[in-house]
Amino acid sequence: MTIHLSILLWLPAAAALIGCLLPAAATRLAALLGSVLALAYAVVLVVDFESGADGLQYVTDETWIRSLGISYILGVDGLNLFLILLTTVLFTASTLWAAMKSWDRPRQFFLMLGVAHSGVLGALMAQDLALFVVFFDLMLVPFLFLTYVWGRADREPVRAVTKLFIYTLVGSLLMLTAAIATGVLSARETGGDVSFAFADLAGAGLSQGTQEWIFLCFAAAFLVKMPAFPFHGWMPDGYRAMPLPVLAVFSGVLSKVAAYGFLRVVTPLFPDAAVEFQELMLILALISILYGSAMAFTTTDARLVLGYSSVAQLGFIVLGIFALNEQGAQGAILQSVNHGIVVAPAFVILALLAERAAGSEDVRDMGGIAFRAPWLAALFLIVALANLAMPGSANFVGEFLILLGVFNSKLAIAILATTGVALAAVYTLRLFIRAMHNRVGADVTSLELRGRDALVLVPLVGCILALALYPQLALEKGERAVGQSVRSAAQIIDPPAQPAQQPLQGRAPLPAAPEEVPTP
Amino acid sequence: MKAEAPHIDWEALSPLLALFGGAIVVLLLGLLRSRFVREAIVPALSFAAFGAALGLGVWQWGEDTDLISAAMRMDELTLMTLFIVAVAGMATVLLSWRHVAPREAAHGEFHALLLTSAAGMIVLAGAQNLVTVFLGLELLSIPLYVLCATEMRRARSLESGLKYLIVGSVGSATLLYGLAMIYGATGDTDFRAIAEALRDDRLVEDALLLGGMALAMVGLAFKASIAPFHQWTPDVYEGAPTPVTAFMATATKASALAVIVRLFDVALVSAQIHWGPVLAGLATITIIVGNVGAIGQTSLKRLLAWSSVAQAGYMLAGVVVSTQLGVQAVVFYLAVYLVMNLAAFAVIVARERETGLGDSIESVRGLMLSRPALAWPLTLAMLGLAGIPATAGFIGKFFLIDAAVDGEYAWLGIVIVVGSMISLAYYLRVIAAVWTRPAEPATTSPVPVLAGADPVADPRPAGAEVYAVAVVAGAATLALGIVPQPLLDLAESAGTALTNLL
Repeated sequence: MTIHLSILLWLPAAAALIGCLLPAAATRLAALLGSVLALAYAVVLVVDFESGADGLQYVTDETWIRSLGISYILGVDGLNLFLILLTTVLFTASTLWAAMKSWDRPRQFFLMLGVAHSGVLGALMAQDLALFVVFFDLMLVPFLFLTYVWGRADREPVRAVTKLFIYTLVGSLLMLTAAIATGVLSARETGGDVSFAFADLAGAGLSQGTQEWIFLCFAAAFLVKMPAFPFHGWMPDGYRAMPLPVLAVFSGVLSKVAAYGFLRVVTPLFPDAAVEFQELMLILALISILYGSAMAFTTTDARLVLGYSSVAQLGFIVLGIFALNEQGAQGAILQSVNHGIVVAPAFVILALLAERAAGSEDVRDMGGIAFRAPWLAALFLIVALANLAMPGSANFVGEFLILLGVFNSKLAIAILATTGVALAAVYTLRLFIRAMHNRVGADVTSLELRGRDALVLVPLVGCILALALYPQLALEKGERAVGQSVRSAAQIIDPPAQPAQQPLQGRAPLPAAPEEVPTP
Repeated sequence: MKAEAPHIDWEALSPLLALFGGAIVVLLLGLLRSRFVREAIVPALSFAAFGAALGLGVWQWGEDTDLISAAMRMDELTLMTLFIVAVAGMATVLLSWRHVAPREAAHGEFHALLLTSAAGMIVLAGAQNLVTVFLGLELLSIPLYVLCATEMRRARSLESGLKYLIVGSVGSATLLYGLAMIYGATGDTDFRAIAEALRDDRLVEDALLLGGMALAMVGLAFKASIAPFHQWTPDVYEGAPTPVTAFMATATKASALAVIVRLFDVALVSAQIHWGPVLAGLATITIIVGNVGAIGQTSLKRLLAWSSVAQAGYMLAGVVVSTQLGVQAVVFYLAVYLVMNLAAFAVIVARERETGLGDSIESVRGLMLSRPALAWPLTLAMLGLAGIPATAGFIGKFFLIDAAVDGEYAWLGIVIVVGSMISLAYYLRVIAAVWTRPAEPATTSPVPVLAGADPVADPRPAGAEVYAVAVVAGAATLALGIVPQPLLDLAESAGTALTNLL
């Protein structure tokens, strides 16, 4: 029982809140200090993490709302450790970037950014289903305001973010009902008091029918947030309207919480349903990959290239999760970290490119920027190569693990998904070439990277290189916990030698399910 | 041997006495000439009467006494309603201080009507007898009809009062008919005796009883603005003076829901198998109609009226299941609904007086730039009503869905979240207006009123009291979202006061 996670969780929000009370000039410093301290805390956490140990570490367990059975349980294991680090890295970069720009109403801006930081950390640390739902919804609220007020005025930010918010909350609210049902029905199975702690829910053994509708509600929430193929309608408008430092964390971090949610909530708690819907999810992931790649290749708005590229990358992550075996899940977590650490510098570079192309974010208006900016070009190349999963990059390791996992479970889907790797090269290189090389654009004034831009960009690219050189870092600390989260589902597909029991594909005669399905 | 009058427990009755006593005193003081007495002492006394009722209610907490031959009961459910009504009343006094409505209605009368109506709400919430139900309902309604029309020189206000009178009377008559039929079927007017009579399975199938229940439901549905008996709500809410609207939206809703809980979940609980599905259907219709109706509104009061219809639907879900959890969830939701609405209405009152744009959504555009002290409460209130985490509204919805799932009505939980999804469309519109910059510089100075257009232009800008209501209610919305346990404890004891739930 420690207080460390609570400190890390609330530090950014508290710092931003204190910043609100300070003079405007000090606000950004306070916000920056808050996120830098959180980053330092997270680094210490990773270093101090015992990789061999089972279960959660640094657990905080308090009753929050006794009457509803909701506890304030925070904990870290291999599943969320690096995502927490990723969150603090990206938010620190984003806060630093934002602190160097001038904003209308800076106090409110940095307050919202700090609250968003805490919200995401909370969703990642929560070890209670209700608390997870609270933070999962809460982390979206600051982005609503960040886009309303500081979004691009020429792109209808209000309409765009309202669409985004409604889309994602539709999923989240279904998830709320599903979460409550999980708690109530699990308590009925076990005969105890209602509790939402993951530890209490894990062994409840809900019936197949119950698991199925609950699974679909959770999947809707997570797939919308990612976004995956049929639920991505909010993405183009939302991406185009958000201010770039905000978009960098939104794209880099929030979608990862959804991927994490699958591994933390769905596969361990609803293994039967996960097996039942495995093919559906794999096919959705596959469509996301192909559709995202195709759109990223055809659109000319550089923001949307990155947006659709994210759709494709998250398709890979879902693919890894629903391979429902250890390699796939390992790859999914690694790829989550990779994508976050690649997409954030990509948005920084996008901002720099737009500066040089007279404010336009259209690749047709760019071109030839590399001539007077070799450093910028070099950094962009590193980011681009990481994005297309060049062998030697951590993304390569991630995609390799994911595909390996899928090959082991569904061969045909894996073969189709492999084309996604090739398509990633096509759209990434297209973006790089059209922006940096080609004929110099009409309004392009090529400039070298400036010191303060480098301050944001270089450390992020450094992270990509570090992870490329030593991806085991992220893998080995997570190994145990990641394997754990898909184990029960994997055992349903491939039961450990038990000749007495008929191997069940999940939808074969149910494993003893006398309990009633909730009467609709 | 002398005849013995029924024993009257004056202590338990004291909150009601405070309200009635206050009503008489302010009515008489309002007759005085002195402006100071009428404009300062009368509201202060009215405020004090609500405060005294609240304090006496706290004193009586946990006593659980039957009053006046068990005609009504001062248990925790009644007392929770009393707290809600008293807080709503205090806020209304503050919001209406220096407002047009009391000035038009000779100060004393306005406050006397307000206090009487509040007393009626307590009687209604505590009613344990069919006769008391009707008595309470009339006692609360008749002063409200007048209050709606207190801005005598504004046609909308008169229209609102008249509409409310006509529709409300239809509701009362329907209710009375229903109560008579329930009495005819069971042979008793006392709730516990009715519950006892309904243990007989054949009686539960009785057509007279079923008809009575249906008519009683319709009558109460008018008061609680449950669809399809809600049509009066937007017009009346829009036309009534805004402080009165705030009072109606919060306090009337609380007492109407309290009596629905007591009538259906206590007296008629054995017939739940018959009225449960019907009420669940009504809840669904109410949630959908209320949320869809609110979408296109440009008047904030109309928007909140439709939203109050939807919220009544959410709360019905708690009544339908007739379990401990259900009742507790309803009581909890009523309390958080109170603070969220007070925050919103306080902002509307302030902006009505400051901008001259009335209650149009335009009146709050760019509020975050010009008046952050109003913008934050309104933002929190809208987020709360939409059920976003870290606000009280989220915990309230969580509790209601919890109760629905627990009571085998999981689909009603889904309906609640579907309603919440639709509701985002209009709550977010208000938030967007608050946070974005106005297209042209906001008209901060009151627009001069054209001769004949509105003869009672209100020259006095909102004072500190309106801001105080907004800030306190907004802060409560946030605080109850983060530390809800104390309120949940109160709701829990209100639930346990009812014994024979499912």
